Amino acid sequence: MSEVRRRQPTKMVPAPSQGIIPERDLYSAPVLETRHLGIEFGGLKAVEDFNLIIGKTEIAGLIGPNGAGKTTVFNLLTKVYQPTMGTVLLNGRDTAGMNTVQANKLGIARTFQNIRLFGNMTVEDNVRIGLHNQVKYGMFTGIFRLPGYWKQEKAQHEKALELLSIFDMQDMAGYQAGSLPYGAQRRLEIVRALATNPSLLLLDEPAAGMNPHETEELMNNIIRIRDRFQIAIMLIEHDMNLVMGICEGICVLNYGRIIAKGTADEIQNNPVVIEAYLGKKKEG
Amino acid sequence: MVAFLRFLINGISLGSVYAIIALGYTMVYGIAKMLNFAHGDVIMVGAYIAFCAMAYLSLPPLVAVLLAMVVCTALGVVIEGLAYRPLRQAASLAVLITAIGVSYFLQNAALLIWGSNPKIFDSVFSVGTIRLFEGELTITSETILTIAANIVIMIALTLFTGQTKLGKAMRAVSEDKGAAELMGINVNRTISLTFAIGSALAAIAGVLLCSAYPTLMPTTGSMPGIKAFTAAVFGGIGSIPGAMIGGILLGVIEILGKAYISTELGDALVFAVLIIVLLFKPAGLLGKPVREKV
Amino acid sequence: MKLKKSTVNALISYGIVIVAFIVCQYLIASKAMPRTLKGQMIPICVYIVMAVSLNLVVGISGELSLGHAGFMSIGAFTGAIASTWLLNALGLESALARLIISIVAGGVMAGVFGVLIGIPVLRLRGDYLAIVTLAFGEIIRNVVNCLYFSVDGMRLNISFNNPNLAGTIIVNGPAGTKGIKAISTFPVGFALIIFTLFVVLNLVNSRSGRAIMATRDNRIAAEAMGINVTKYKMMAFVTSAVLAGMAGALYGLNFSTFTAAKFKFDTSILVLVFVVLGGIGNIWGSIIAAALLTILPELLRAFADYRMLIYAIVLILVMLATNNPMLRSVFDRLLRVFRRRSPGAEMKGGAAQ
Repeated sequence: MSEVRRRQPTKMVPAPSQGIIPERDLYSAPVLETRHLGIEFGGLKAVEDFNLIIGKTEIAGLIGPNGAGKTTVFNLLTKVYQPTMGTVLLNGRDTAGMNTVQANKLGIARTFQNIRLFGNMTVEDNVRIGLHNQVKYGMFTGIFRLPGYWKQEKAQHEKALELLSIFDMQDMAGYQAGSLPYGAQRRLEIVRALATNPSLLLLDEPAAGMNPHETEELMNNIIRIRDRFQIAIMLIEHDMNLVMGICEGICVLNYGRIIAKGTADEIQNNPVVIEAYLGKKKEG
Repeated sequence: MVAFLRFLINGISLGSVYAIIALGYTMVYGIAKMLNFAHGDVIMVGAYIAFCAMAYLSLPPLVAVLLAMVVCTALGVVIEGLAYRPLRQAASLAVLITAIGVSYFLQNAALLIWGSNPKIFDSVFSVGTIRLFEGELTITSETILTIAANIVIMIALTLFTGQTKLGKAMRAVSEDKGAAELMGINVNRTISLTFAIGSALAAIAGVLLCSAYPTLMPTTGSMPGIKAFTAAVFGGIGSIPGAMIGGILLGVIEILGKAYISTELGDALVFAVLIIVLLFKPAGLLGKPVREKV
Repeated sequence: MKLKKSTVNALISYGIVIVAFIVCQYLIASKAMPRTLKGQMIPICVYIVMAVSLNLVVGISGELSLGHAGFMSIGAFTGAIASTWLLNALGLESALARLIISIVAGGVMAGVFGVLIGIPVLRLRGDYLAIVTLAFGEIIRNVVNCLYFSVDGMRLNISFNNPNLAGTIIVNGPAGTKGIKAISTFPVGFALIIFTLFVVLNLVNSRSGRAIMATRDNRIAAEAMGINVTKYKMMAFVTSAVLAGMAGALYGLNFSTFTAAKFKFDTSILVLVFVVLGGIGNIWGSIIAAALLTILPELLRAFADYRMLIYAIVLILVMLATNNPMLRSVFDRLLRVFRRRSPGAEMKGGAAQ
C-alpha cells in the first residue's frame, strides 16, 4: 500500500440550490440533496435548516465540535430518525416516509461511531449480511438446499472475499468479528457497508482509535474505494489531517446549524469556523 | 347495579393484593433488571409461616403477620445473596433460569415441609362486615383491610424512595449501577435492601391473599405471582405507581370479566388486556419509552 | 480437510441422535431397557424437538419466548382431532399414515397461530416480548379448556363451552381428549428429530438464517444493511411454532387422553431450561440437555420425595457454576485440559456449557 495520497485540490463548482460539487460530477445527478432538513427532540432543535448537496463521486466531510449534531445528520439521512422538517433526496428520489431498510435499498449505507458489527458471526458472514439483498434465494431453497442455494452461496462467498481484499482482510474471513482488533473492526464495518452496493457511503469517525499509520492507509483506501466503485462518500471525522487531506467539499456544523461550507482551504481560513473550534483547527 | 358495585369492590380488593406483589416485582426489576420468578413463591412461604404461627403456635394475627414478614425478608435476602448475587455480571437469561430454579426449590421444599394437602387459612382479620343497601352489598373486613394496606404501603414506599437517603440510593442504582458505585453507594447492599422490602411486602400479600381465598398449597403463589408480574408490566415495569395502577386494574378486569363474560376465561381476559395495552403503549401505562442511542 | 465450525456442529448433532437411536433400538430389541425408560422414549423425542425449536427463537433469533408450550398444545389437540377424524370419517386404517398426517396438521395449525401471535408480539422487545408470549401461552390454555370437539360421520363439530355435541366427543373441555388411539412410535419420533435438525441447521446456514442472526446481534446495524428485521424475527418464530406443533402432535398421540393443563406455563419454562442448560444457540447442547433432564427425574426416583428438590438444587448449581465468572474460569480450565486431549471436540462459543 504505497500509494501517494491524493492531495491535489479538486475543482469545486457551484450547483443549483447553493451547493458546491466537484466539477467532474457536473454531468450526473447529485447523489444526495437535502433541503431545510431538521429534527426536534422535545422542543430542542438538534439539527436545523441543513442544506447540502453531494456530487456523484464526491468525498465530502462533515465536521464540527462534539455535540454539534453530526451523527444526528447521519441518522436523519439513513432514516433511523424521521426528520421533523425538510426533505432528503437520494439519487433524486424523495425519501419521505421511508424506513432504514428502504433507505439502504435506495443506495445509502453507513458505519457507526460506536462499532456495530454482528459480533458473534464470522467476518465473512458480516460481509454476507451486507450482500443480503443482492442474493435472491428464499427460505425454502435454503432449508432444502435446492440448486439455487449452492450456486448463490458460492457467488456470495467469492464476492465477500473480493470485498474483504480491499482491506487485505480475506485471510480473516473465518474469524469471529467480535474478536478482531479495533482497527480491523472499523475496516470490516466499511466493507460490510460497501457490500450493500450503495451509491452513498456514510462513514462515522472511520479513523477513531487508529494510529497515524493506519489512518494514512485508511485515507488511501477511501480514495481507492471511491475510484473503484464510483460512489460518493461522506464522512464525519475529528482527525483534521484526514478531513483536509481527502475531503473535497467540507461542511461545518455547530449547534445543529451549518456554519460554513466549502473546500479545505476555504474552511481552514474561515474565521467563523476558527472561532467555533477555538483554534483547534491549527492541529490540522 | 349493586351487583356491579360488589364485583368492583372485590376487584379492587384482589387488585390490591396483585399491586402489593407487583411492587416487589417492579422494584427488583427496576434495580437488578431481572425477572424474579421466585417472588410468587415467597408469597406462599409468607402465607405458610403466618398459618403455622396462628394454627400451631396460637400467636395473635398481628404477631403472625410480623413473623411472616421477618422470615420472608430473611428469605429474600438469602436468596439474593446465594443465588442472584454471583450472577450479577451474567446474561439475563441465566439469572432468569436461576430464579426459576429457586422457584422450584421453594415449592418443593414447601411440599416436603407442609405436604400437598391444602391448608385452610383462617382469616387474619375478623372485625366484621359492613352492610350497605339494606344488606345487599356486604363488604368484608378483609376487603377493607386489603385496600387500606395497599394505600398505606403505596404512600410509605413513595415517601421512602423519594425522601430518604436509602430510597434515593435505590433510585440511583436502578438508573446506573456503575455511576452509583462511583458516587460511593454500596450497590450490593442496596440491592439486598430492595429484595428485603419486596419480600416483606410479599409476606403481607400472602396473608391478605389467603385471607380472601383461604386454600393454601405449595403452588398457591405461582398464578398470583404471574398475574402480579403481568400487572407490573401493564403499569410500566420499574414504576411504583405503575405497579399500583396495573395491579388494581388487573384485579378489576379479572373479577368483572369472570362475572360478566366467562368464568373460565377470566385469566385469558387479563392477559388479552395486557397484550392490547402493550401494543399501544409498549412500555406499559406509566413506563418511560427508551430511545435507543445510535 | 478443515471443516467449518457450523458443519462440525451439525455433524455432531446428527451423530448424537443417530447413535442414540441405534443404541436405544438395540436395547429395546434385546429387552435390556427398563420399562420406565422405555415409556420415556417418545416424551424424550418430543422434548428434544421442543428444545431445538425453542433454541431457534431464543438462541438464533435472540428473543425470549415463554409461551412455547402454547404451540405444543395447539399441535397436540389438532393432532388428536385429525387422527380421530381420519380414522372415523375417512376410515384410514394405517396408524403410520394417520400419525404422519396428524403431525403435519399439528405443525400447520401451530404455524397459523404462530403468524397470528407473531404479528403483534414481535413488535415488542426484550422482556416485554417475553411477558407477551407468556400471556399468549396462558390464553391458549384457557381457551382450549373451553373447547369441545366431536366427530359425527364426516362432520367435525366444534363448540365453545357447550358439551352437548352430536356424535362422538373427542375433546371434552377441561377434561381433555377422550378415546384417542395412542399411535405415536419411537421411530417416528426419531424421524421428527432428524427433520427438525435438518430444518433448523439448514436454515441457520442460509441467507435467511444469517439475517436472523444479524437481527439478534445488532438490530440497528441489520436494518442499516437493508434487512427487514420483523420479517426475519417472524420467520424464526413461525418456524419454531410449526416444529413445536409437530412435537405437540407426537406428544398428544402418545396418550389416549390428555388435558390442556399439561401445556401450562411450567412446560414452557421446562423447555427453556433445556435450551439454557444446553447452551443458548447450541443445537446439540439442547438435544443432550432435553434428553438428560427428561430422564433425570426418573433416575432420581430413588430419592423419592426429594427428587424435585434435588432437581431444583442441581439447576441452580449448574447455572451458578457455568455463569459465575470465578467458577467459570475454573470450569474453562478443566475444559481446556479436556480439549487438548481431543482436538476435534471444539465447542461453539457463547453460553455453551
